[in-house]
Amino acid sequence: MSPDPHEPTPDEAAPPEESGAPAKPEGEVSLAAEPTIDVPAGDAPASGGAAGPERGCLGCGEGGEGGDGGPPLGGDRPTPADEAAARRAELAVASGFLLSTAGALGLAVVYWRGGQPQLEGLFLALALGGLGTGFVLWSKRFMPHEPVVEARHPIASTEEEVDRFREEFEQGEVILTRRKLLVRSAGLALVSLGAALLFPLRSLGPRPGKGLKDTPFARGVYLVTADNQRVRAADVNRNGVLTVFPEVEADPEHPDADPRPALQADSPTLLIRPAGTPRPRQGREEWTADGLIAFSKLCTHVGCPVGLYQADEHLLLCPCHQSTFDVLDGARPVFGPATRSLPQLPLGIDDEGYVVAEGDFSGPPGPGFWDRDR
Amino acid sequence: MAGNRLVTRRVARWLDTRLGSAKFARTALGKVFPDHWSFLIGEIVLYSFVVLLLTGVYLTFFFDPSTNEVVYRGSYEPLQGVEMTQAYASALDLSFDVRAGLVMRQIHHWAALLFLASMVVHLMRVFFTGAFRRPRELNWMIGVTLLILGIFNGFAGYSLLDDQLSGTGLRIAYSITLSIPLVGTWLASFLFGGEFPGPDIINRLYVIHILLLPALIIGLLVAHLGLVVRHKHTQFGGRGRTEKNVVGEPVWPRFAFKSIGLMLLTASVLAALGGLAQINPIWLYGPFEPAEVSSASQPDWYMAWLDGALRVFPPWEIRALGYEVPAPFFPAVLLAGITFGLLYMWPFMEARFTADVVEHHLLDRPRNRPVRTSLGAATLAFYTVLTLSGSTDVIATTFGTSVNGVLVACRVAAIVLPPIVALTTYRLCRELQLRDEDAGMAPPERPRIRWELLRVWELPKRRKQRKADARAEATPTPTTVD
Repeated sequence: MSPDPHEPTPDEAAPPEESGAPAKPEGEVSLAAEPTIDVPAGDAPASGGAAGPERGCLGCGEGGEGGDGGPPLGGDRPTPADEAAARRAELAVASGFLLSTAGALGLAVVYWRGGQPQLEGLFLALALGGLGTGFVLWSKRFMPHEPVVEARHPIASTEEEVDRFREEFEQGEVILTRRKLLVRSAGLALVSLGAALLFPLRSLGPRPGKGLKDTPFARGVYLVTADNQRVRAADVNRNGVLTVFPEVEADPEHPDADPRPALQADSPTLLIRPAGTPRPRQGREEWTADGLIAFSKLCTHVGCPVGLYQADEHLLLCPCHQSTFDVLDGARPVFGPATRSLPQLPLGIDDEGYVVAEGDFSGPPGPGFWDRDR
Repeated sequence: MAGNRLVTRRVARWLDTRLGSAKFARTALGKVFPDHWSFLIGEIVLYSFVVLLLTGVYLTFFFDPSTNEVVYRGSYEPLQGVEMTQAYASALDLSFDVRAGLVMRQIHHWAALLFLASMVVHLMRVFFTGAFRRPRELNWMIGVTLLILGIFNGFAGYSLLDDQLSGTGLRIAYSITLSIPLVGTWLASFLFGGEFPGPDIINRLYVIHILLLPALIIGLLVAHLGLVVRHKHTQFGGRGRTEKNVVGEPVWPRFAFKSIGLMLLTASVLAALGGLAQINPIWLYGPFEPAEVSSASQPDWYMAWLDGALRVFPPWEIRALGYEVPAPFFPAVLLAGITFGLLYMWPFMEARFTADVVEHHLLDRPRNRPVRTSLGAATLAFYTVLTLSGSTDVIATTFGTSVNGVLVACRVAAIVLPPIVALTTYRLCRELQLRDEDAGMAPPERPRIRWELLRVWELPKRRKQRKADARAEATPTPTTVD
């Protein structure tokens, strides 16, 4: 059928890394102070193919293209000239390692004594840094630094290899294409399986629905603070701002559980008593109560809470992206990236003087989305 | 000593008789790497990732990504008795009651910043020296993917802790997801398990952060390095260095020692930062309350350009037929898509526009490719302005000016600065080339830039011309095709 897969391809027959490589016996790599030059000059033109020698040093033999007899790059730098210099370098490396040892011991002691983040970091840095410095100095001072040349081989396969591959592949392909029914039914099965496997994704989350558009606010719902206390009109001073939430019924199954109104993400509301007189939008003339006006606290840009009220300019400012809303003008955006006014909450006062909502917000609170207006 | 050596030899022999490892190891140790300081940056990426993995594994032993409400009873006094999620409480315990926990958490965070920073610098190195050209386009694309995954994983990581700042960041991420036309609401619901804050998001982010994305990153890193080995490293031109060879030092021993040293030094700097430089002090932010926000909410640096884009983009949205495309879609989704789309496509665009499709293993000096260099510099200027725009409020309070003024200045700078930078860079490159010529260096041969491809209004004419050419060619010589 097909050619023997073990038959050596041209590349395998002549392994690329065989000739002229660093000629060191395995396991006996010397780290001694005297560097050995990896490839002696005579070794270089070993294979001598079109791409030049596999590996060699620059400027020796015919391997160094452009080297025309000049001195090799790098020179004999790493050898410390005299014994004293070598000794000094050795001391420098060793002191790096000793510093590292001291750091490691320090780290252990600090941890043992109860730990202290700054010292832990410092000693760890010392331990790692000493070791790292030692390694770098060691390599720089005591290891050979001879540029080595390695030949590049063409990335692409040879025409012959490509042809042979195509032949072999097409033999299989013929078998595949001969039985059309099998191929088609297998394809159908795979597509169906893929589609069926998409269904479990549906479990990741509920259908996005009305929840994005409405909040627990409705006619007669009390406004409460984060501590779940109902709010009276007098609780908000002139120029004052209060973050309020819709009161939620306690869960009948867990009557003791704290309803934590502050955990509601879509209904935080700002109850404001501005110094000036708000200019109500059309149809919202009755939405203020006793000088109080209420807007959604969620920025219409990307939903950050609009946390800053500049009372003298009656502006609400979002600290995330600096969208600014004019409270007297229906919380219209006057600066920044927001495009829409903050939704307004219609307010009323009940018989006992508590502030209640007269309905839900004038629009979906928070950032925009595709079918927000639908 | 001799005994030692004998043991290693015996182990090596034992392994070799089972794996045939000696031949492979010899090739690996002899692999030649060219030497240039800019090649170290990619190594720093790898080594900060190693630090991320090690510290991250340690952190998972203590962090509990649960959103159950608990009452804090740890040793940080100011939050005693405060209700919070288990996630935030365990992050506090990790910081205050686990010995060496805080230093590990801070090293982890610093390592994430360095990971992304060195990745961006590495990308710049590859871009400006043209190391992305054939045959390395695939590796460039893997690298861009790694950058995207790194950004996502960084965001997922600091969003886990459920403090006030990370909650605000998640709220913004939710809103950005929501802004995608048609499918945004579904995507947001699927990601968060419902409406914000959603019951599942912390738990899901945790799996994403510690399993999904790291596994992808490791896989792609292996592929990235494997391709470096396959292609052999690029090198700058110089005596004896050609397109047909690699000049450098073999891995063993000098390169290996230097590289291990670099790893240790990277870890050392990160340890020093983690110990001495406070980062993300979540205890100061408090637990996440959806109705609250703190002033000066800044994301980590690699997200700042997106935050800045959200700030400077004008309040424009599209509303038609009762549907809308909200404003955040354009700066956050579209801009990010264009950014990474262009990055992915750059090698192919450049090859097309310069009609340069041959293999390159010698690196460009940036000055010798003035057009590419000035385009890259302009792009960097644009994203630098956006990054700074992410701190308009901090800039305004630091210098005592109005936020609005700073924002308007950023809007202007984002449009005006890139062309200025491009022109300046172009001029600079030319001057440097002239200086090289004076010094007797001949400028390298450059591929012709096909400016005519930019004249889109000529497209129909050119297409007609091409067709006519093809016809003219086809009629006289009716050779069989293929």
